[in-house]
Amino acid sequence: MRNVYVLGTGMIKFGRYPEKTVPELGGEAVLSALADAGIAMDQVQFLACGNFGQANASYAQRILQTVGQTGIPAINVANACATGSTAFREAYLSVGSGLYDIALAVGVEQMGKQGLLGGGAGGADPAYAPEGKLGSGLMPAVFGQAGMEHMRKYGTTLAHMAKIAVKSHKHATKNPFAQYRTEVSLEEVMNARMVAYPNTLFMCCPTGDGAAAAVLVSEDKLRQLAGGRKRPRIAASVLTTDPYTARDAALPDVSTLTRTAAQQAYEAAGIGPEDLSLTELHDCFASAELIHYENLLLCKEGEAGKFIDEGGGQHPDLGGKVPVNVSGGLLSKGHPIGATGVANICELVWHLTRDERARERQVPDAKVGLAHVIGLGSACTVNILTI
Amino acid sequence: MAEQSQTQGPRPIVPFLKLEPKPHLVGKRCGKCGAIYLSESRIACAKCMSRGPFSDVALSNQGKVHVFSVIHQSFPGIKTPYITAIIDLPEGVSVRANLIDFPAEKAEKDPHSLFDLPVEMVTEVVAKDREGHDVVRFCYRPKK
Repeated sequence: MRNVYVLGTGMIKFGRYPEKTVPELGGEAVLSALADAGIAMDQVQFLACGNFGQANASYAQRILQTVGQTGIPAINVANACATGSTAFREAYLSVGSGLYDIALAVGVEQMGKQGLLGGGAGGADPAYAPEGKLGSGLMPAVFGQAGMEHMRKYGTTLAHMAKIAVKSHKHATKNPFAQYRTEVSLEEVMNARMVAYPNTLFMCCPTGDGAAAAVLVSEDKLRQLAGGRKRPRIAASVLTTDPYTARDAALPDVSTLTRTAAQQAYEAAGIGPEDLSLTELHDCFASAELIHYENLLLCKEGEAGKFIDEGGGQHPDLGGKVPVNVSGGLLSKGHPIGATGVANICELVWHLTRDERARERQVPDAKVGLAHVIGLGSACTVNILTI
Repeated sequence: MAEQSQTQGPRPIVPFLKLEPKPHLVGKRCGKCGAIYLSESRIACAKCMSRGPFSDVALSNQGKVHVFSVIHQSFPGIKTPYITAIIDLPEGVSVRANLIDFPAEKAEKDPHSLFDLPVEMVTEVVAKDREGHDVVRFCYRPKK
């Protein structure tokens, strides 16, 4: 693989845009990323577009029809919650392989006020729909139970997980791109309406609309186009799926594929978790962030609760260490599925390049960033960027 | 009930629940590595990658709670709160089901009282399908 760099990034504030079309949302992110990169659409040689909810809608082509019909190869990517990050990886592979010199990744999703995800419909006759009759396959239940495994094994408490939601909401107050920017107290989180134990309302990510884009270039193109600006290198871009476990039919294992991806990514990048300046990980629920501290080796096995109690995951400005989800994470920044993985990349790039867009929450001296996404099914991506 | 007498008898909510002669679950076991699947048919084993052969294996009606969640928000028409649980069966496979006869408040107040709790399977009618058949589900309750 050749070296690949992120030349430009752009995203729209996550929220709700019922008056906009999906190609418009995606197109805005694309135009923002192109402007940031200092290039025009007709210089782009390949486009990978991530959208999950309407995977058959050909949004890659429709975005080109919105911002520039240049006739380039374009693909539509769907990979559960890892849709955007998989599109980013496709763009990375297209440049890393030597096939193209400039590629564009865009992730976009318009979910509106879509409620609970998962559960399954149950075929032609609703009498056989399993949801609520054979337990729950809803996302809050699945990721709640992943956290319960940690509780069972290590005595972790609901308060540990609630503290994560407090942290995320506090972080988001500094991010103008976040869907929710209101601080919440530990009491408010713990006393909020329970969605699926152990996750209360504030411990569940919202649904919403959003888009994010990134321009990826080869080293030669970086020299030509960066104009002396330092741009992050993609030191690792890993994608894994879940290996067999005896509980597969009942409860997806969201940990093993994350651990494998992290291990491969650290190895490829030639760094360790201690080298990370910041991490954006997949906190679809507070219970999920807790287990990923260990899965990504940010703390020792079984010590996620202790890690949280000692300020782990908090921004250094708040007196914390090992900053995680300084953007506000999925819990507060939002989780428009296809956009999430690319938005994570934007966040890393902005810290690594001292970009104005991360000014209020800049992690000091940021040199290495890790972005993790997991989608049920399951797919996991870990991208490591260095500068 | 008069209405019930017109139906042709109950039907299981999923194919791996068998109602006769007594309600029980059936898995497909890989003849090579022993992995068990809760599906009607398998063309190959996802664990050992062999083509089997696969044979039916009757699963125990007893198990233990691995983990659980208490569902407070669900789709319209689904009564909440209820406990969803992952039940480990002695044959080495797990199932997802509702846990009944255990107070949801107690589960949230003292979650550790549920981990490893021995449970037994029971069946109950949960719906009537479009053809008028009773639809039967399996669920678990604390072992008596």
